[in-house]
Amino acid sequence: MSELDTIGFGLILIAAAVGGAAILTWFERRLLGVWQDRYGPNRLGPFGALQVMADMIKLLTKHDWVPPFADRAVFVFAPTAIVVAMLLGFAVVPFGPELYILDLNIGLLFFLGMTSLAVYSVLLAGLASNNKYALLGGLRSAAQMVSYEVFMGLSLMGVVMLTGSFSLRAIVEAQRDLWYCIPQFLGLFTFLIAGIAESHRLPFDLPEAEHELTAGFHTEYGGMKFAMFMLGEYLGLLLISCMITTLFFGGWLGPWLPPIVWFSIKVFALICFFILLRAAIPRPRYDQLMALGWKVMLPLTLLNLLLTGVIALLLEGA
Amino acid sequence: MLKSLTSQLRTIWTILQHSFTKAETVQYPEQMPYLAPRYRGRIVLTNDPDGQERCVACNLCAVACPVDCIALQQGVKEDGRWYPEFFRINFSRCIMCGMCEEACPTNAIQLTPDFEMCEYDRSNMVYEKEHLQIAGTGKYHDYNFYRVSGLAIAGKDKGQAQHEAPPIDVKSLLP
Repeated sequence: MSELDTIGFGLILIAAAVGGAAILTWFERRLLGVWQDRYGPNRLGPFGALQVMADMIKLLTKHDWVPPFADRAVFVFAPTAIVVAMLLGFAVVPFGPELYILDLNIGLLFFLGMTSLAVYSVLLAGLASNNKYALLGGLRSAAQMVSYEVFMGLSLMGVVMLTGSFSLRAIVEAQRDLWYCIPQFLGLFTFLIAGIAESHRLPFDLPEAEHELTAGFHTEYGGMKFAMFMLGEYLGLLLISCMITTLFFGGWLGPWLPPIVWFSIKVFALICFFILLRAAIPRPRYDQLMALGWKVMLPLTLLNLLLTGVIALLLEGA
Repeated sequence: MLKSLTSQLRTIWTILQHSFTKAETVQYPEQMPYLAPRYRGRIVLTNDPDGQERCVACNLCAVACPVDCIALQQGVKEDGRWYPEFFRINFSRCIMCGMCEEACPTNAIQLTPDFEMCEYDRSNMVYEKEHLQIAGTGKYHDYNFYRVSGLAIAGKDKGQAQHEAPPIDVKSLLP
């Protein structure tokens, strides 16, 4: 692609990602409704899809208030950080053989770095709000990051080992014969859980935990600043789905249909699965979350790494 | 560990099966729910079968009301009937408990299956007698208080009510 094309594609991608995240707020509520034997928002427009517009108008016209006891600069900065970091993460995702913005040879590392940066947003919001609930949310977020970031990176090393590259395009190309979800099923399992924790989705939404912490880290936020957090969360969901598709389900690969359609179908299915998890599984207690991370997921990841290494070496020797 | 994992997977499967169950929601304004005839909603004052107002302004409903939302003042008509000079129910306080209906000795005050009382102004929730009074007899079609009670009104003297013997003059010795 020429430079101009890339810029154009980037703009389209931003619009699609933000628009997709906005539609997701409605789609998630409808789908949760289906699984909880109710309807969800179905009044406004076809199937209630215009609910998104109503929510947006409401959030845009709300009083943009900064509490007097908050750390003003950080308070305003925090919500933008998560959106920017998540949008940057999309830069390395290959949507098709020629549809990508950046083909970094360390694309995977770039993605991991960007999702880690997003955690700062939650952390800073919790600190700057100067509110005990927000602080507790921020603390939980930090602890969750420390314990889940570790095996999030490690769980992908199996994929890297099999491919021999950090480039996401190379990883997709290497899945022509067999998607990595089969040889790397342990990696998929651990990355899935780490991904949910990373994007603060239920059942790992402990920083938010509206039953215990009112709204966790964004207790003091309202209007568009709150909307930015929600946007960031849904962008995170989209990004994680895109990454799982790329890393484990063959990205754009698939017969008959054009590559971008295959990619979209896979991402859509994964998003539905994430929403299903939200509908089905209750939130674990704080200590249970930590115990799961360190005592189960980390050893599993290391075991996966060991086995993958041994098998890769044996195959290379044979 | 494995046990809890299978439990989680089974939960996910159960929830997934709910894709095929019908929603429980009743889509209210389009789809009206069935309300039983004795559903406790908006309060009305009824007339007796002769078309006269039943309420005798005894104040028992106001006493029974746990939230004190009923206010009334008794008056006496020229024919001897008692009636409320005003009768006021503050529906923004009313909890639709039906205690007033149970307390009423003349079946005048009754609850109806209507609950759709939306107002923009709170003062519009205060209903006066002309808002409460209906033309019909409500749930009890035959009951007429003055025909069974001993109270003398114009056209019905002592002893002329149903199941009532003529009064005995206790000061007379005649058999």
